[in-house]
Amino acid sequence: MRFDGRRLLRRVTSEQAAAVALIVPSVVAVGVFVYGFIGWSALVAVSRWDTVRPDYTYVGLSNFRNLIEYFRFQIDIRNTVVFTLFFVGACLVIGFSLAALLDRRVWGEGLFRSIYLFPMAVSFIVTGVVWRWLLAPRAGVNILPEKVGLPALSYGWYTDAHVMNIHADSRLGDALHAAGLGFLADPNYGIPVAMISVVIAATWQMSGFVMVMYLAGLRAIPDELRDAARVDGASEAQILRHISLPLLRPVTLSAIIILGHQSLKIFDLVMSMSRRGPGFATDVPALFMFETTFQGNHFSQGAAISIVMLLAVSLLVIPYLFWSLRREARL
Amino acid sequence: MIHRLRFLLPAAMALGVLALASACGGGVSSSDKTATAAAKPAATGTPAAGATGTAAPLSGKLEIFSWWTTGGEAAGLQELFKLYGTMCSPNVDIVNSTVAGGGGAAARQVLTTRMLGNDPPGSFQVHMGHELTDTWVTTNYMESLDSLYTQQGWSNVFPKGVLDIVSYQGKPYAVPVNIHRANVLWYNKSVFTANNLQPPTTLDEFFTVADALKAKGITPLALGDVEAFASVQLMETTLLGKLGATGYDGLWTGATDWNSAQVTDALTTYKKMLDYVNSDHSSLSWDQANDLVISGKAAMTIMGDWLEGDNKAKKFTDYGWLPSPGTAGMYDALSDTFGLPKSAPNRDAVVCWLKVVGSKQGQEAFNPLKGSICARTDCDASKFDAYLQSAMADWKKDTIVPSLAHGAAVSQGWLTGVSDAVTAFVADKNVATLQSRLADACKGAKVCK
Repeated sequence: MRFDGRRLLRRVTSEQAAAVALIVPSVVAVGVFVYGFIGWSALVAVSRWDTVRPDYTYVGLSNFRNLIEYFRFQIDIRNTVVFTLFFVGACLVIGFSLAALLDRRVWGEGLFRSIYLFPMAVSFIVTGVVWRWLLAPRAGVNILPEKVGLPALSYGWYTDAHVMNIHADSRLGDALHAAGLGFLADPNYGIPVAMISVVIAATWQMSGFVMVMYLAGLRAIPDELRDAARVDGASEAQILRHISLPLLRPVTLSAIIILGHQSLKIFDLVMSMSRRGPGFATDVPALFMFETTFQGNHFSQGAAISIVMLLAVSLLVIPYLFWSLRREARL
Repeated sequence: MIHRLRFLLPAAMALGVLALASACGGGVSSSDKTATAAAKPAATGTPAAGATGTAAPLSGKLEIFSWWTTGGEAAGLQELFKLYGTMCSPNVDIVNSTVAGGGGAAARQVLTTRMLGNDPPGSFQVHMGHELTDTWVTTNYMESLDSLYTQQGWSNVFPKGVLDIVSYQGKPYAVPVNIHRANVLWYNKSVFTANNLQPPTTLDEFFTVADALKAKGITPLALGDVEAFASVQLMETTLLGKLGATGYDGLWTGATDWNSAQVTDALTTYKKMLDYVNSDHSSLSWDQANDLVISGKAAMTIMGDWLEGDNKAKKFTDYGWLPSPGTAGMYDALSDTFGLPKSAPNRDAVVCWLKVVGSKQGQEAFNPLKGSICARTDCDASKFDAYLQSAMADWKKDTIVPSLAHGAAVSQGWLTGVSDAVTAFVADKNVATLQSRLADACKGAKVCK
């Protein structure tokens, strides 16, 4: 087929030209500042840049191999998994419960909605500082009982170095060993107690947001559906379980994506609250990346960590994007 | 009903977008560069050309980059700026570029960005030793100060231990303005007299005393390692106490084997010391740990001599000091230095800044305020307080060793490996793992094989 420029030009209306002109700057900016730098980070991650002097000598995947063998990174992976599961889980449960309560047209609903949503307006840095004070072992929550004459609590909160894991010499450990899963009986597959404090702070901040999402979802369910269920003699609990929850699945999915990608790359909250924690109990990949890059000058290692984080977030977000695009196409 | 949904759903989505934006935008705010306008140098200065002996009078801008933002450090820096006005030129506009926080961690990040972007400050604060050498000298960013040292006769006024630490391949690359000591045991005098105890000078004595204190319900040793350097520094003073100056020095050159039995012994001692610290150490900073000593809840703390400034600020006078257990006769030194970046703007003005920093006048003005001693050995002791006078006396006769936790002994890359190993150890107390990780860190730095 011969290329006919004039015919093509005639087909491009001025409206289309304007659309292209409007979109080009942002495409260029995103291309350079997002994808360009992602590409550059990937390049650094496979090079030997280990001092302040850039060195782009290609070393293959050795940075990634070293990273995966490094104990701190292994602990970070454990911490991220624990944090993500607990944080997302707690936000969903609390957020949904609050929404279900508010949906009952309580008096002052607007007020409560604002109260629960306000923590989200606070930056994670501030949340971290406040909760560091609240959960400091010699202050805050621990000395509250003293104010009413009871003995002070002695929780270590984010200073507790303990990791809850299956012990190799316990009965469960023996069973796992017999099943060929003996490696699970290891602190690297445990739950660091200190992380729970960080989860509390993060949940405090984000569950109000989940509540608003669920509330919007609940309001979207036509009253006719519920009325019909009531006529059929369903209890309120049954309506929630069999009508509301299934219809809220898209909201749940969106909430998981938004919270999940946040928790996978969390930095500011941990940095201002507990930092590494005792024995890296609250360490996360982003903190490790920051320290190794800007304090240790291990630029390639830092880039490798950021690429791993990017992949982790992609695993979460890309299926979601496909799913929502397909859904839009169907609509 | 439906119209409410229409309002709420986009609102929730908008919030989601906001959440994304805040997650992306929420970095560390402390890394902002806060370039404050310089103190106008005192106009009482003598004409510039006469003071420096250079042909053209100095003018223009001179940017000095540091993390000295508060208290005595900032006040000392201002004294140096004033002195610059008299010794160099009142016409130079000094730009005081500071980045607060994290013992320089935030500042180092900004500095790295600027140096790599070919936008170096005139001169910058950097820890003496490998933090300077391995980061900036071996990578060819700094000018050698050989001729300046000869011209100013500094080779005779700085101790040989310091000259060795600031030099690379026989040439000096930085001018040390002050000296801090890392191996100091600070104690609450009343706690010791009330319990009829003597502050310990050896590690054996330390454990005897610590047991006695523990039996009385007093925390023997206060530690605050929310910043990892505090537990690294405690390990370094223990290694020094056990291995002695030569053995300790050898750890950083490969002469002492990290896998040797004597290192195992030293690390086992370190583990034992950790049994005597406060349980909430990982939530406290070093100065909050000092609060425990001040209040008498704890008896001792091992910390660098910047702790004295904290005592003074909190109006606490009942403190005593000793070299940390087993380290008498050794001076575990760290220092802030200034150097000359290769493409520094206004080079002549920077060179004169270095002269001020290395001068007797400059060091005598800066150090009493900073709470450190002169790197020079000829400073007037009467300008310093009782602790600093004792430190000055030790400085002249002690064996000088480089501090690990403060960048003198090892590169920043090696130090992060050490610091990672120690952070894990403080929780799991596994000596064998610690030792093998420390040996790995030495290998990673390509010093050990």
